Amino acid sequence: MNRFDYVRPTSLAEAVAAAAMPGAAYLAGGTNLLDLMKGGVARPERLVDITRLPELNRVERLDDGSLRVGALVRNADLAHDQAFAATYPAVAEALLSGASAQLRNAATVGGNIMQRTRCSYFYDTASACNRRELGSGCDALAGENRHHAVLGWSPACIATHPSDFCVPLVALDAVVEIEGSKGRRHVTLEEFHRLPGEAPQRETVLEPGELVVAVRLPAEASAFASHARYLKLRERTSYAFAVVSAAAALVVEGGRIRQARLALGGVAAKPWRARAAEAALLGAEPGEAAYAGAAALALAEAKPSGDNGFKIELARRVAVRALSLAEAGTPARLPALPASVFASTTGARHDA
Amino acid sequence: MTPDLNLSHTPAHRRQGSSIGQPMTRRDGILKVTGAATYAADNHPPDMLYAVLAVAAIARGRVASLDVAAALAHRGVVEVMTPANRPALALDPDAKFHPFMFRLDLLQNDGVRYPNQPIAVVIAETLEAATEGAALLAPRYETETARVGFEDAETFVPGGVGVGNPASQQKGDVKAGLAAAATRVEARYETPPQYHNAMEPHAIVASWDGDSLTVDTPSQGLAIAQGRIAGLFGLSPDKVHVRSPFLGGGFGSKGLVSGPQVLGILAARLVGRPVKLVLRREQMYGPVGHRAPTRQTLRLGIDSEGRLTALDHHALTASSTFDDFFEPAADASHTLYASPAIATAHEAVRLDTGTPLFMRAPGEATGSIALESAVDEAAWACGRDPLDFRLANYAEVEPMTGKPFSSKALRECYAEAAARFGWSGRPLAPRAMRDTAGLLTGWGMGTATFPALMFQAEARAVLKSDGRGLMETSAADMGQGAWTALAQIAADGLGLDIGQLEFRAGSSDLPDAGIAGGSGHTATAGMAIHNAGAAVIARLADIATADAASPLYGAGNEGVVARSGRLYRRGDESRSESYTEILGRAGLSEIEARGTSAADQDTREAYAMHAHGAVFAEVKVDPDLGQVRVTRLVGAFAAGRVINPRLVRSQYLGGMIWGASFALHEEALADHRTGRIQNANLAEYHVPVNADVPSVEALLVHEDDPYVNALGIKGVGEIGITGTAGAVANAVWHATGVRPRRFPVRIEDLLAGGGLG
Repeated sequence: MNRFDYVRPTSLAEAVAAAAMPGAAYLAGGTNLLDLMKGGVARPERLVDITRLPELNRVERLDDGSLRVGALVRNADLAHDQAFAATYPAVAEALLSGASAQLRNAATVGGNIMQRTRCSYFYDTASACNRRELGSGCDALAGENRHHAVLGWSPACIATHPSDFCVPLVALDAVVEIEGSKGRRHVTLEEFHRLPGEAPQRETVLEPGELVVAVRLPAEASAFASHARYLKLRERTSYAFAVVSAAAALVVEGGRIRQARLALGGVAAKPWRARAAEAALLGAEPGEAAYAGAAALALAEAKPSGDNGFKIELARRVAVRALSLAEAGTPARLPALPASVFASTTGARHDA
Repeated sequence: MTPDLNLSHTPAHRRQGSSIGQPMTRRDGILKVTGAATYAADNHPPDMLYAVLAVAAIARGRVASLDVAAALAHRGVVEVMTPANRPALALDPDAKFHPFMFRLDLLQNDGVRYPNQPIAVVIAETLEAATEGAALLAPRYETETARVGFEDAETFVPGGVGVGNPASQQKGDVKAGLAAAATRVEARYETPPQYHNAMEPHAIVASWDGDSLTVDTPSQGLAIAQGRIAGLFGLSPDKVHVRSPFLGGGFGSKGLVSGPQVLGILAARLVGRPVKLVLRREQMYGPVGHRAPTRQTLRLGIDSEGRLTALDHHALTASSTFDDFFEPAADASHTLYASPAIATAHEAVRLDTGTPLFMRAPGEATGSIALESAVDEAAWACGRDPLDFRLANYAEVEPMTGKPFSSKALRECYAEAAARFGWSGRPLAPRAMRDTAGLLTGWGMGTATFPALMFQAEARAVLKSDGRGLMETSAADMGQGAWTALAQIAADGLGLDIGQLEFRAGSSDLPDAGIAGGSGHTATAGMAIHNAGAAVIARLADIATADAASPLYGAGNEGVVARSGRLYRRGDESRSESYTEILGRAGLSEIEARGTSAADQDTREAYAMHAHGAVFAEVKVDPDLGQVRVTRLVGAFAAGRVINPRLVRSQYLGGMIWGASFALHEEALADHRTGRIQNANLAEYHVPVNADVPSVEALLVHEDDPYVNALGIKGVGEIGITGTAGAVANAVWHATGVRPRRFPVRIEDLLAGGGLG
């Protein structure tokens, strides 16, 4: 990797100041950034190590009933926080379905949101990639792209956002707390990631030097605690990125869906909130018919970006299944294989 | 001198008496789990520098420029090795005198013939500086169109496949057999390129002392490595010392010295200091071998009794543009099923890849998944249970040659594995089983086979007057347990308790143990050890029986038995004497003898020698979403005498998991324009995790083989893959009704095939 300056600020203000210069990057868990640096994909001139900033390491309930999760909270710590998992079960399930135990121990909340795509052409510096180098082109368009986007892509970029965590977060109206030289601001997670359009190199709304300091889950998000699931279809039972995934959350009263949330993962450059589907579910009778209709709406705009048309049908099916699972209710315990299709609570022994 | 490895001399679970047959734990286990085992890259001689490869980003063309000045200007960079300054070699890296001498890329010119081919080496004071120096070289290329897939090149018939088998073989009249058949099955299967992906990347620490060279590097065959290096550098082999006490997996990719390992030696030569060179994971996808893709077509004819009338197996495969290794996939059809007519044929293309190489069960793995799938299709076409169908076509003699088998307990394997799995009552039709969660459930089976090979080896045995013994041979432990199993054979060969034995291996200054490959290492090195032990005991017996003061005086060589450090008179065990007493009275501090081993060509001519097995698999498939999981694997294997059942079972389990991986996971994805592998990392080149194989069982079926070798050992390292891959594929069909035609099985194929709801 390139030579770089390494600074370890002791306060948030110092950190933001240190990262103001062009070419600076924040370092937290490093599970993605260090790989990118070793591969020459990212070549920051300065690393601002924020891991010693104590105020970013907390999980706290705010007066308005929302939950504030510091950007440095480790994925594993958050998922295994029993109160958190009981209140936001789909989020905990998504966290535990991601990466490996070792990576979850190191990876942070802020880093998860900020992780880069797994598009192999982004990683391969000999390939053209507008996300890595705007104007160079997109070699994924006619390349190995069966895992690429089916929603919100542009000819400039067909990459997906690989996070599991972000999928239930966006469904639950999570808000990203951002610190910058001009002070603090709040952006919904839905607005935080950008679709590629003509500028795929701008992956988020962060301005240079801005730092994600926390993620907030609004008070209303806890209403779904008893009916929230994350389902992740993958080609290896653990330690694999989603082919497609879905987070679903329902509030059912009097035989009708009173609130519905649905988001998809692995389908777009951002965690994909399916608002039209949610709207269609409101007031509907819970059941496969309603879910199928909603799923069709969620994928209505979908189109293959390459050899990946099968993902559209799979995404519909995963959405239907996730909604069915949410309706069935959050299991009392997290499944041994979180978010797996092989973790059905109604199931028999799978290894019998 | 061999390094002091602190190997525990006394493994756990030791019983008195014979060591062979006991389930001893690994003698190197504590070293490995505590991190004390020194793998090649753990060596740091004084003044050592770090070397990093710069590799080609193109598949075909030439390097037009390298910014050597930029790399040299980077702080910490000591030297950049390119074709312009690479030290001279005594031998052209492209020279090839025999089929096992593979051409190497050692910066002999500016040509590029595959992606990830080394094009320069940067040597620096730190790994980081060398890595950045390599990046700063910023190569420019003159690029030619890459030939990446089967369609990109012309097919031809290779001169030979695998280890020198003819490209085509036949017996009987396949055409007539097919014409006369009541049922015919024709099917095509595709297998992808796969890469060995040993946990330990290829690594080397090279130190020159004048014209003497010491290298720490993982090697499955130390004498071969020593000879290859000596030849390249024009040295006498005794000037080259290769140390390889531990390998973090090899699977064939460390069978022969690879180009990057030699580049480490060249780098050390260039800078006059010890150099360490370790491949990055993605750099293992090119210069260190792989399993080539195949496209296989099978045609089977079956009579009204469910017996094969013809078996035709054609395989298309690929080698590199500059060297020859052809995956002998179709040869899997030579040995398994009785048929009056069998034809196998291979064709190939030349692609801009690194040269493919032996990868665990080369030919057998690829061929087996296709053959076992086709046999399953045939059974279904005849309305027969897959096990009944296989039994109806059981080969009493080797089908291709008509030779009797030296031993074959396959029927017992079928019976034991089927019973353990609970195969009876399986519905013939697909999509007929669901579990209580509604998951599609399928059961499939496959037959496993692998030849019982032997190579040549030598061992040296020493008995010491303190009652201890020493056995030396340059055996390689790549994880299979040679440190333990071979020591067990040595202890028995010397008539010693294993605690009284020092066993030295893993170093080229020891007698040549041959190669840990072809599942033949235990048989080959084991027989040399056995013979060395017998020879030194014979010497000891000579001394004792010729010594009037010995209670064994006059017993003669035939009349003594060695056991637990004593010689006993046969037939009168009240007369015995310890090794210590015999040597002490003779005034000898130690005696030694050597033993060799090689396959007995006469019995090999007379008998077909193979290990066999049967594997049963259960898969579950989500009926809507298509995710597949192997929920149960049961295999039963018969491979002659078992030296250590714990280690043997471990080999079977590893092989079976590899088989599941073959069917469901492994695939290198090459960009069809550039040839660059797009998933050259362990996150995206999938091999199974524990959750993918929740239940794997291997049963050891007793088999006595009086012909393979005096110890009766066949091999166990590779057979587990065969049979299993097909069993999983067949279980996927049974669950979904969709016959996998390309591997690994993909969700979109199940979806398109109508296998999902």
